[in-house]
Amino acid sequence: MTQMHTHHPKKAAAFVSDQARTTWHNKALWFVRQKRDKAAASLPEWEQLRDTAAQIKAHSLSNLDEYLEEFERNAQAKGITIHWAATGDEHNQIVYDILKTHQVREVVKSKSMLTEECHLNPFLEKRGITVIDTDLGERIVQLRNEPPSHIVLPAIHVKKEEIGELFHEHMGTKKGASDPKYLTESARLDLRKKFLDAEAGITGVNFAVAETGSVVVCTNEGNADLGTVLPPIHIACMGLEKIIPKQENLGVFLRLLARSATGQPITTYSSHFNGPQKGSEMHVVIVDNGRSELLSRKKFWRSLSCIRCGACMNTCPIYRRSGGHSYGYVIPGPIGSVLAPNKDLAAHKSLPFASTLCGSCTDVCPVKIDLHHQLLAWREEVVKAGKLNPGKRLAMKLTSWVLQSPQRYKLAGKCARLAMKLPRVFLYNPLNIWGRQRDLPPAPPESFQEWYTKNRDKNS
Amino acid sequence: MKIGLFIPCYVDQLYPHVAKATLTLLQQLNLDVDYPLAQTCCGQPMGNTGCSDDVKPVAEHFIKTFKPYDYIVCPSGSCTSMVRNHYKDVASHCEGYDHVSTRTMELCEFLVDVIQIKEINASLPYRVGLHQSCHGLRELRLAKSSERMDAPFSKVTQLLAMVKGIELVELDRKDECCGFGGTFAIAEEAISCQMGKDRIADHLQAGAQIMTGIDMSCLMHLNGLITRNGDPLRVVHIAEILAGTIK
Repeated sequence: MTQMHTHHPKKAAAFVSDQARTTWHNKALWFVRQKRDKAAASLPEWEQLRDTAAQIKAHSLSNLDEYLEEFERNAQAKGITIHWAATGDEHNQIVYDILKTHQVREVVKSKSMLTEECHLNPFLEKRGITVIDTDLGERIVQLRNEPPSHIVLPAIHVKKEEIGELFHEHMGTKKGASDPKYLTESARLDLRKKFLDAEAGITGVNFAVAETGSVVVCTNEGNADLGTVLPPIHIACMGLEKIIPKQENLGVFLRLLARSATGQPITTYSSHFNGPQKGSEMHVVIVDNGRSELLSRKKFWRSLSCIRCGACMNTCPIYRRSGGHSYGYVIPGPIGSVLAPNKDLAAHKSLPFASTLCGSCTDVCPVKIDLHHQLLAWREEVVKAGKLNPGKRLAMKLTSWVLQSPQRYKLAGKCARLAMKLPRVFLYNPLNIWGRQRDLPPAPPESFQEWYTKNRDKNS
Repeated sequence: MKIGLFIPCYVDQLYPHVAKATLTLLQQLNLDVDYPLAQTCCGQPMGNTGCSDDVKPVAEHFIKTFKPYDYIVCPSGSCTSMVRNHYKDVASHCEGYDHVSTRTMELCEFLVDVIQIKEINASLPYRVGLHQSCHGLRELRLAKSSERMDAPFSKVTQLLAMVKGIELVELDRKDECCGFGGTFAIAEEAISCQMGKDRIADHLQAGAQIMTGIDMSCLMHLNGLITRNGDPLRVVHIAEILAGTIK
């Protein structure tokens, strides 16, 4: 399950070398993007909603301390136990302690990117607790023993035939079956037993409302509801940026979230948890794990506005052709490439460069995070930290030196054009990465500048 | 109105005919155009690599070169965006920064917004696919991007529609990135080329005979793939169409 540390170009090249699979992956995600477009276009106030959401998030993040404490007070008044975790390990320990106190051996968990981020599953399993992921996609990647490749569609990289084989092996479904309806029904029956056996349920949190002290969890499968209603303990794990001030703000976010994520008007289940059921316990673990540091970064704090819809992944032409695992971080795609360097710049230095800066992510983002500008800003941080490849660094210094002088520029241009006139066999050498799949343009006999200098009088 | 013609370095060196077409087009409109010979490059290669220290002297040189002009017009959205949107971090201290950063315009937006051109004396009786270059689209807002839900507009198609006989084809993905991305084209060569091939396939399925765009950099990448694979698609810069220098 461990990942981290990656060189995106290498993994991306490996992914794209399977052309048929790349095309399939690209199309599957583009289909989701198109569904999003349709759903967004159905609201005349879409852009206004985005503006409003961005403002609410900016306000919440600017007053985070107050809203977190307000949330804590109101949640405690409802009988919810609040825990604070500075790190992922602290979070895991808190969850483990709660489960240990109640001698829990089996726990069901609905989708939570935070618990992925903290590596909760291996932490609990090492201590003898079985964790069952109950979101269908999450269950698939759990059985495959790999991380999710997308935050909303965790198993989008897996084909239905492969799921058929996997379920045959783990659940005894018919060999060779690939009918999605049959496979889903089988997983549902299998999971139903786990729900009934579970002694505790863990969920993520989509929104935590400060004024009410309640948490909202959005799913399409109802698995968060079943997983919290059946067992007597509910542990909800949230990053501290999930806070919104008021209940009425939900109207903005719930309308944006599902439309951006999958093109649905709203998630099938938007469950509001307002305290423990009779005879049960409800815990909320509020996790920092690098978020305060991110909040302090002037150029990057707005990335904490993310509501984890995954729209930037679906629209990203690089993500669609390189797959989520090529990013080597718990959250892939543009938002992941912005979040990962905050955790470990050296390990994830290739991610800010895994983009053409086309800006599609920025325009699709429902909370208007300027993703492609943040990717560019992270490139500057990579350079400042001295982590840019030394060859590239030198090339940039040299280019800058050439371009500061019209004479040097002219000479360099002439030399480059001469070099391009070399016979093909020399020109397309192994060092010419451009030329692997692409021809260079034919070098013209003179530059525009040379032509203009000769013809200036005729042109003025 | 004195116009400074800003020709991106790689257009100067590799595509002089595109620069000539831009000059011709502006002169056809009886504009007073000058090409300052001291110009080199906007500094984007360093900027997009995160080397802002290396952009600084190049940006200073650019501002010094172009500050005497009322407008600076450039046949590239990407280079225009560099000056307009990305000089603030490295060159806002320069004398002339405010003027140069606000008066630098991409060719099409200059024709539409400043000249408010109503007719174009050019014809091109072919099926043409427009490749929307991302920086022109999403940094300069030359058109509504497909992600946004406000009222549709496109300064570039507005101009192309004035060309006689032209038939603009409908692309399946009308503004997906071509995969050039500057150093991305080398650093992520595999993905870059796959993205380019997909754009080309989209133009071919739409029945385009000619592919055009506002940025020669995207077109250089796409044409490199087209030439290598022998695809039946001709690639021309929009200035060549508008100036009527291609037939």
